[in-house]
Amino acid sequence: MRKNALNTLRGGAAALYGGFAAVAFMVTLGTSPWTTEATAGGGDDWKAAWVRPTSVPFPEENPYTTEKATLGQKLFFDPRLSGSDYISCATCHNPGFAWGDGLPTGYGHKMAKLGRRTPTILNSAWGELTMWDGRKDSLEEQALGPIGGKAMKQDVSAVVEELTAIPGYRTLFNVAFPGEGITLENIAKALATYERTIVSGIAPFDRWIAGDQRAISAAAKRGFDLFNNKANCAACHTGWSGTDSGFHDIGLPDDDIGRGKIVKNVVKLQHAFKTPTLRSIAQRAPYMHDGSLGTLKEVIDHYNDGFTRRESLSDEIKPLNLSEDEKADLLAFLLTFEGDDPAVVSPVLPANEQVPGAWLQRLSPAAGGKAETAECRTARLHLDHCN
Amino acid sequence: MKVLLVSIMLVLAFAANAIAAQTVVTQKGRKFSEKKIELNVGGSIKFVNDDDVTHNIHSTTKGHAFDVGAQKPGQTIVHTFGKAGKVKLRCAIHPKMKIKVTVK
Repeated sequence: MRKNALNTLRGGAAALYGGFAAVAFMVTLGTSPWTTEATAGGGDDWKAAWVRPTSVPFPEENPYTTEKATLGQKLFFDPRLSGSDYISCATCHNPGFAWGDGLPTGYGHKMAKLGRRTPTILNSAWGELTMWDGRKDSLEEQALGPIGGKAMKQDVSAVVEELTAIPGYRTLFNVAFPGEGITLENIAKALATYERTIVSGIAPFDRWIAGDQRAISAAAKRGFDLFNNKANCAACHTGWSGTDSGFHDIGLPDDDIGRGKIVKNVVKLQHAFKTPTLRSIAQRAPYMHDGSLGTLKEVIDHYNDGFTRRESLSDEIKPLNLSEDEKADLLAFLLTFEGDDPAVVSPVLPANEQVPGAWLQRLSPAAGGKAETAECRTARLHLDHCN
Repeated sequence: MKVLLVSIMLVLAFAANAIAAQTVVTQKGRKFSEKKIELNVGGSIKFVNDDDVTHNIHSTTKGHAFDVGAQKPGQTIVHTFGKAGKVKLRCAIHPKMKIKVTVK
C-alpha cells in the first residue's frame, strides 16, 4: 500500500527533511540526503542490506504534501494539543535526544509516570505497526493516542474546537486540506506526514557502506562482522535503520507482557516488544522498552548471557560467549550510527486569537470603523486601519 | 451421449476451479512468497512455514479478522476465506511480512 514519494524531498519539500533543518545539512554535503553515494561494494550481502533508501515512503491514503508536513510540524511542537496546554509531542519525542526523552520511562500529564520508555520516532516512515506492542496499525492511527491518553490528557473531542479558535490553524488546515479544514482525521494525517519526514542523517556507517573504507575504525568493522555472525544481532536488527519492525521477547525480567496483551494466543509474543532502530543509538540511552539498561555495554552484556530464559524467549537469543575484546568491537560498531542529524528548529506556532471576532469586525474598514489607537496597541495588531 | 459429455465437462471445470481455489504461500527468510492473491469466496490459502522461526499469520481487517496462532517451522496451516472483500494479512511477529487478499 505504501508508495514511494519519488524525489519527495527535492525542491521545496526538501526543507522538511529532519524537521526542516536539513537544508543547511544538504548544502554542506552538496547532495540530496536521499541519495547514498554508492551501492555497497565488495559483493558483501550483509553490507547490501544496509544501503540507505533514496526516498521516503508515504502511504497512498496520506500522500506527502509540503503543506501537510508544515502543519504537522507545528502541531507536533504545539503544547496546546495537551489538556494542560503544557505538553507537546516534542516534550517526550525531543529532537535533542534523537526524538526520545532520555528517561527510563516517560512522564505525562501532571508528571504521571508512563509504563514504557518513550520510543524514538526516527525513521518511522519505514515502520509497520506502531507502539512498543504494535497495537496501532499506522502513524495516523497512533497520532491521537497519546493526545487523549495519560501522556497529554486532552479531551480529544474538544481538540478540533480548540484549534479552530486559533486563526492561524484555520488557515493552515484550509491550505493543507482544502475543503475539509480542521478534523481529527486531518490532525492525525498532518502529524503522521511530519513524522515521516524525520529521518536519520548520514552516519559514518553509511559512508563506509557507500565505499569509504576510512569512515569507521577497524574495531567497528570487526564489530559489524560480529553483529552479523557470532552475536546474531542482525537476526532482528536488520535493514538500513537496523530494525525488522518485528516483536520479540529478548528476556528482560519485567512483568510487562508487551505484544502478548494484543495477540494473546501465541507464546512467542508474550513479553515481546518491537525491535527499535539502531540509528543514533548512543543518543538514546537508557535502553529497552523499560529503560532498565543504562548503557550500551549493559545491553551487550544482556545479550551475551544476561537474559531471562523462558518459553517465550526469541529463538534467536542464545548465549554468545563474547570476549571482552569482542564486546568492545560491537560497541565500536554501534557508535558508528551517530549521524550528522541536523539541528531542529522549533517552529513559530500560530498565536492565540487576540481579540474577539466581533471586535475585529469593528476594526474592519469594511465595517466603516476606525479603531482606537490604544485598542490596536493592546491587540498588537499591525493593520493599516489601526494606524 | 451429448448430455454425458456436457456433464463430464462440467465436472472437470468444477474440479479445475476447486484446484485453483487453493493457493499455496510459503514463508521463508521472513518473507511471504506472494504479495497479492485473488480468491473466490470459499477459496483458501495453504500457508507453509519453510522458515527457521515461528510465524503467526493474522488479520485485523474489519469484518475479516482472524488469527491462525503460532506456526512453527515446518508446519502447514490452511485458512479459508468465507466472505468477499479485501483482506490484509500480516505475520504478527514479523509485520513486514504482508499479503493483500482480494476475495471475490
